[in-house]
Amino acid sequence: MISGDGEGGSVEMETETTAAASAAVSATATAAATATATAAATTTAPDALLTVEHLSIRFGGLLAVDDLSFSALPGEITAIIGPNGAGKTTVFNCLTGFYSPDVGRLLMRHSDGAEVYLERLESDQIARRGRLARTFQNVRLFPRMTVLENLLVAQHAELMRGSLYTVGGLFSLPSYRRAQQAAVEKACRYLNLVGLLSRADEEAGALAHGAQRRLEIARALCSDPVLLCLDEPAAGLNPSESKTLRHFLRRICEEEGLAILLIEHDMGVVMGISDHIVVLDYGRKISEGTPEEVAGDPRVIAAYLGEEDADDGSTSSTAATA
Amino acid sequence: MTQDLRAILIELGITGLIAAALVFPLITLRTIDSFEGLTINARWLPSVLAVALVVLGRFGLILLRYERSAIALAGGAAAMLAAAYAWSSDLPLSKLFEVFLFAGGLFLFARAAIQWLVIARGVERARIDTARADAALALRRAIPLAAAVVVVFVAFLPWLPFSSIYMLDVGILILTYVLLGWGLNIIVGYAGLLDLGYVAFYAVGAYAYAIFAVNFGLSFWWCLPLAGLLAGISGLILGFPVLRLRGDYFAIVTLGFGEIVRLVLINWSAVTRGPDGISSIPRPSLFGVAEFNKRATGDLPLFHEMLGIPFSPEHRIIFLYYLVFTLSALVAIFTLRIRTLPIGRAWEALREDDIASASLGLNRTRIKLVAFGISAAWGGFAGAFFATRQGFISPESFTFIESAIVLSIVVLGGMGSLVGIAIAAALLIGLPEVFRELSEFRMVAYGGGLVLIMVWRPRGLLSFREPSVRLFDRRGRMRFAAEGYAVGDSPLAAPAPTTATATAMTAAPAAPATGGGAVGEGSVVRQKPTGSKG
Repeated sequence: MISGDGEGGSVEMETETTAAASAAVSATATAAATATATAAATTTAPDALLTVEHLSIRFGGLLAVDDLSFSALPGEITAIIGPNGAGKTTVFNCLTGFYSPDVGRLLMRHSDGAEVYLERLESDQIARRGRLARTFQNVRLFPRMTVLENLLVAQHAELMRGSLYTVGGLFSLPSYRRAQQAAVEKACRYLNLVGLLSRADEEAGALAHGAQRRLEIARALCSDPVLLCLDEPAAGLNPSESKTLRHFLRRICEEEGLAILLIEHDMGVVMGISDHIVVLDYGRKISEGTPEEVAGDPRVIAAYLGEEDADDGSTSSTAATA
Repeated sequence: MTQDLRAILIELGITGLIAAALVFPLITLRTIDSFEGLTINARWLPSVLAVALVVLGRFGLILLRYERSAIALAGGAAAMLAAAYAWSSDLPLSKLFEVFLFAGGLFLFARAAIQWLVIARGVERARIDTARADAALALRRAIPLAAAVVVVFVAFLPWLPFSSIYMLDVGILILTYVLLGWGLNIIVGYAGLLDLGYVAFYAVGAYAYAIFAVNFGLSFWWCLPLAGLLAGISGLILGFPVLRLRGDYFAIVTLGFGEIVRLVLINWSAVTRGPDGISSIPRPSLFGVAEFNKRATGDLPLFHEMLGIPFSPEHRIIFLYYLVFTLSALVAIFTLRIRTLPIGRAWEALREDDIASASLGLNRTRIKLVAFGISAAWGGFAGAFFATRQGFISPESFTFIESAIVLSIVVLGGMGSLVGIAIAAALLIGLPEVFRELSEFRMVAYGGGLVLIMVWRPRGLLSFREPSVRLFDRRGRMRFAAEGYAVGDSPLAAPAPTTATATAMTAAPAAPATGGGAVGEGSVVRQKPTGSKG
């Protein structure tokens, strides 16, 4: 099953260039509607895996996300960056169903042609039907369960089918034993990938912070996603851990044919591995493009370092020179 | 030194004052119900003794602080001896007084002995700690064996020479609460939902049996599954609106539902006969073959006539005992089994973090509803058993205090631990029976026991959790080793993966095993499956 997705992903990666070309054509309507009207191409490619259009959500008087549109292509790493409070995690929470957006369309288009509108689904349906998995800014494992159990919970749907919705499992039918064997093997594969195989029987809460982050990624991978949403995976990691994480993300992206949506503050990670970057500030998209394009965009620099007419003189001078 | 002496005296004085303040209302003043009305009698001797002993005990602890363990050791021993002497002689002291004196002496003696070992004998603190940890581990390993021994003991209890009808009665009571505790454990221990209204399902089961048996003449063996089913359905109905709530709100609403069920039982007189309750509920027959009555009441033959032995009321009690024992065994087997299944793991995942569970595609409402339904069905079985044992039920039996007792059994036993819950049920239900001699101080001992458990084992008597599945067996071998992974450093730990592992990652994982796990140290070795493209 996994290897099948892998092949699908690589096929889509070949068509990536055509996707980018057609993107320019079909992007007009969305780009015009975007209040920020950034010059950068708003890619709503027809074969994009995830298309977000006009996403807005308001908490009381605060417009947390304001008319955001972007898309994520299969097999690519798309990063969402922005200063603290820019609305990045809110976008994730809308995508994964923990908030329901006031306005907007969130469309997942799978390689088999199925279209799933995420804004209509509950968060557990998003995970199953949208095949979207996420990690959390402050790691959310099942701390008193073992590492292996954490990964088996992620394969709940398959195991439930295998156990004939518990009835077969109670009598330990062969179908359940096969399903369990397959689930454990899959878990071992990802545990091996993140280097936690030898610790499979330890309590997840007893692992070190870095290991917990890796376990959370492995758990998300076990739920068989096509889009993996990582909320600050490098937070709290030391430089060498962050470097291995970079290699690791690039690798799973290529080998599993996954698309990754990434929120990250560590610019080394973002600039090093992203194919596409979306920059948010106060809930609005202020820039979008390749790492080079974004890094050179004066609006991005202004958002991060302060604007020319800001009170703080020292930062405004830096922004002015940029 | 004089400074110290002054501090010690002040400390002892304060202790004495506090003790006196507590002793005066609790011990000194004793109400006596005489023909002149209620009068108060002062008991000065025990009061003074109690205060003096509290001060002495405090002094013993101070001695330990100054590392005079030998004196404290002697003091503790003296206290225990005095208590033993007072117990055997007929001094005008209450038994409870002597029990507390003995316990205090024992506590001081144990503390002093540990200190003496550490200081005088030069035993290192660390060694005591490791010894304690080893003992805990050994205890943990011994639990399955101990549980098996206890199960065998319980199974043969009616045939042991010292067993009596009273013991069996207490045993039935304890086993009923074990059954309830194990049922509630699914909601509280596994799914992590604080249910304060579990008695509702107990009541539904009991009334379902009583109503069907009395009005429609259905036998116990038909009614038992029916009671479980009805209780399960009521669990689903109650659960559906409640399960979207969380934490404290959930607890309060379940508390409300428990009361609603009780009020319905009181007020719906047409069906439940209101506060009068339902009486002369049929007792269970021997699987529809024989009855346990002295004289025939129905069509069934009589048990003692069938076997040709004289009638004894014991027969029915032994039968009831085995009935509840079998029910408990069924629930235990079911629970142990379902815990290792995906649904059981999903319950625990929801308890641990329900947001993460939802993000992995777990349907929270459905999973919790299943837990609610199963748990309620077990409560219904316990209720049906209760009704057939008592022969009479009324709303009085299903008050909030029942929910509270069952909940404290689950919490004190260690949430999720079947053995712990059984021990807690035996302690909480059995001890008040054992302490019946203490009469009015029974509940003091009970409350004291609860406080002690909460102080020493805040997470319950047996609070560790056995994983539902293990990858490695005790000797460190992989139990699901068909893929042929060997443990070692991963590609994530080594940034430059070798081409061998890189190609292995894309290989079809469904390929069959080619042999046992490779035992390579250091790097990951994944044996290349035959027939894969690699």
